[in-house]
Amino acid sequence: MTVADFLMLDLPPLLAAILAGGTCGLLGSFLVLRRESLVGDALSHAVLPGIVLGFAVTGARAGLPMLAGAMLAGLLAVALIGLVQRATRLDAGATIGAVFTTFFACGLVLLEVTGARSVDLDLDCVLFGQLETLVWTEGRSAAALLDPAALASLPRQLSLLSGVALAVSLAVAAFWRPLKLICFDPAYAAALGLPGRSLELGLALMVAAAAVAAFEAVGSILVVAMLVCPAAALRLMTDRYTTQVLGGAALGAGLGAVGYLLAGPLPAAMGLTLSLNAAGVIGTLGGLLVATAALMRRAPRVRANAVA
Amino acid sequence: MGGFLSYNTLVVLAGCTLLGLAAGTVGTFALLRGRALVADAVGHAALPGVAIAALIVATLGADPRALPPLLAGAAIAGLLGVLAVQGLTRTRRIREDAAIAIVLSSFYAAGVALLSWLQSLPGAAQAGLSKFILGQAAAMRAEDATLAAGVALACLALVLGAFQRLRAVAFDADFARMQGLRTDRTDLLLLGLIVLVCVSGLQAVGLILVVALLVLPAATARLLTHRLPRMLGLAAATGAVAGGAGAWLSATRPELPTGAAVVLVAALFLVAALLAAPGRGLIAQGVSTLRRRLNTETEHFLRAAWEAQEAAGAGPGTAGDRWAPIAAVAAARGWSRWKVRRLALWLSLRGLVARAEGHVHLTPRGAAAARRAVRAHRAVEHHLLAAGAADIGSADRLADLVEHGLPPEMAARLLPEPSTLPASPHALGRQP
Repeated sequence: MTVADFLMLDLPPLLAAILAGGTCGLLGSFLVLRRESLVGDALSHAVLPGIVLGFAVTGARAGLPMLAGAMLAGLLAVALIGLVQRATRLDAGATIGAVFTTFFACGLVLLEVTGARSVDLDLDCVLFGQLETLVWTEGRSAAALLDPAALASLPRQLSLLSGVALAVSLAVAAFWRPLKLICFDPAYAAALGLPGRSLELGLALMVAAAAVAAFEAVGSILVVAMLVCPAAALRLMTDRYTTQVLGGAALGAGLGAVGYLLAGPLPAAMGLTLSLNAAGVIGTLGGLLVATAALMRRAPRVRANAVA
Repeated sequence: MGGFLSYNTLVVLAGCTLLGLAAGTVGTFALLRGRALVADAVGHAALPGVAIAALIVATLGADPRALPPLLAGAAIAGLLGVLAVQGLTRTRRIREDAAIAIVLSSFYAAGVALLSWLQSLPGAAQAGLSKFILGQAAAMRAEDATLAAGVALACLALVLGAFQRLRAVAFDADFARMQGLRTDRTDLLLLGLIVLVCVSGLQAVGLILVVALLVLPAATARLLTHRLPRMLGLAAATGAVAGGAGAWLSATRPELPTGAAVVLVAALFLVAALLAAPGRGLIAQGVSTLRRRLNTETEHFLRAAWEAQEAAGAGPGTAGDRWAPIAAVAAARGWSRWKVRRLALWLSLRGLVARAEGHVHLTPRGAAAARRAVRAHRAVEHHLLAAGAADIGSADRLADLVEHGLPPEMAARLLPEPSTLPASPHALGRQP
């Protein structure tokens, strides 16, 4: 494999996997600690109609309208979940399940109605993730890495992903302590006068942004895997907040890199013809990671039928 | 050809209807037991099972499109998914919601990876597998629909057979356990039923949305009734209609994914119930809030009018035959001119006051209502003052808060006549 091959074919997906994994891993800890893992699941499905509408309105795969539409749809879903739950006092899981499946179904129908599917909003991206389709046509040599013109032709998903990653990291750094408080003791946070509602909304916004940015590259289900798996694995290994949050980001990024390399480039380098869907491999690795962490922890020796 | 097609369509329609029926029934218990989203994990976990089953069937040289082995693979993978969720929750560090998210995403990811591998193999092992993701009732053959319907019927029979146990566990698992019921077995049965329904719904609805088939009809029914048998019936009916209508929609418009059609029909039912359900619906709740607010404001208006008449010289405890200026009522309550005029109009329409030249006069009915309101308010004020719960400045507002909790008959029994009470301890806002 030459440098040019690596730059053109492997660098963009590798970067996308690392950025998506890192961003989702960073946010995942907050979701897991706040017992809102399923909100990540819901958001990653609920953004579909927003993406399709954003695409339909502008008629182009421009980043921003789709991002705006998706964030809007995500926020609408979160608001609806809250509203339905308050109004009906239904079980939280049931409300989430009802809302996100409806949104996803709307998205599927909109995809047909607007004709977006036949143009170039590929449903397979959503369902499977298409890391492999990210290519950098200008990356013909190592010199291109320093050439602004060539760098500008990197896939636009990458710029969206890195923008969101940067914004999310800055926000987490800026709100480090408040976020910690609303994770561990929301009542105390409220007593201190922290704007809990706004913080929760901000968290939901960040998750929605990460879900959208990662959506096209790694697929909607994989967003869930990257949100939950690194955070849950660390939850089994550590009790320290800093390790949990930063480790989650590192683990997510690492999973992305290792998963992508295992899916195609490594077998190819070893002369095998095996080539797997990278998003699938990354998600599987995430599950295996949690399973390993759970087994290594040696479950406490209590009669396990107390809480099923 | 038409005859055959319509026979096939009919069978598929019947299959989807039965499927919805079973999903509504099982979903009711899943919802009440708080297990609704386990179905999400089961649905997604089925993908690697289907892929592996297709691989095995293709290696054995059989028809890779035959449904039974694929569904068996899905069922095994779904069960493994459920067990994985339970295993993860037992670590006590990972809660059920996180466990569900982990299992559904990583199993699904494994399925995606397997599918991409199958695609690179010679042969047609992966052909048509992706239709399990979004569902495609139009592609169902009669025998597939019969199989799905058979599984659905089996679920229905199991639910009805174990009805008492399921009911006990759904409502109070701890009590059921203390009564000596093996609740863990009943829970296992429920999980098994969820897996069965999900698997039988895979081809029609698809694995991403199959959870909706369990959640939406059950949630709709939950909003409409508080009684379990009625809820079961409603959920089953909603599920059946959604299943049938969705399958019919996607049969007439094949580009429409069946899963989405079924889910949207079921979601329409839920939205309708959410808005219009008696008691728990948003409209009913809104109406009752508005009515309560209007009643309170009516009472406030009447009392202010009474006190204004009283202040105009009718003597304490009697309203006399005086007209009270509307502006005095507004000032006493701190209402805007617009609001007080609106209320005056509303009360004159109800025949409680007469209006003329910016003044109101209590009609006999209005005077009776005002008397009740004043009586309750003054008594509460005096009780509060006597108990030291309020001083003169705050008694008025505190009494407002307390008295609207007292129903009229209780107020009549507890509270003395205003004429036996001393004059109001607080001055009116601004005397005219």
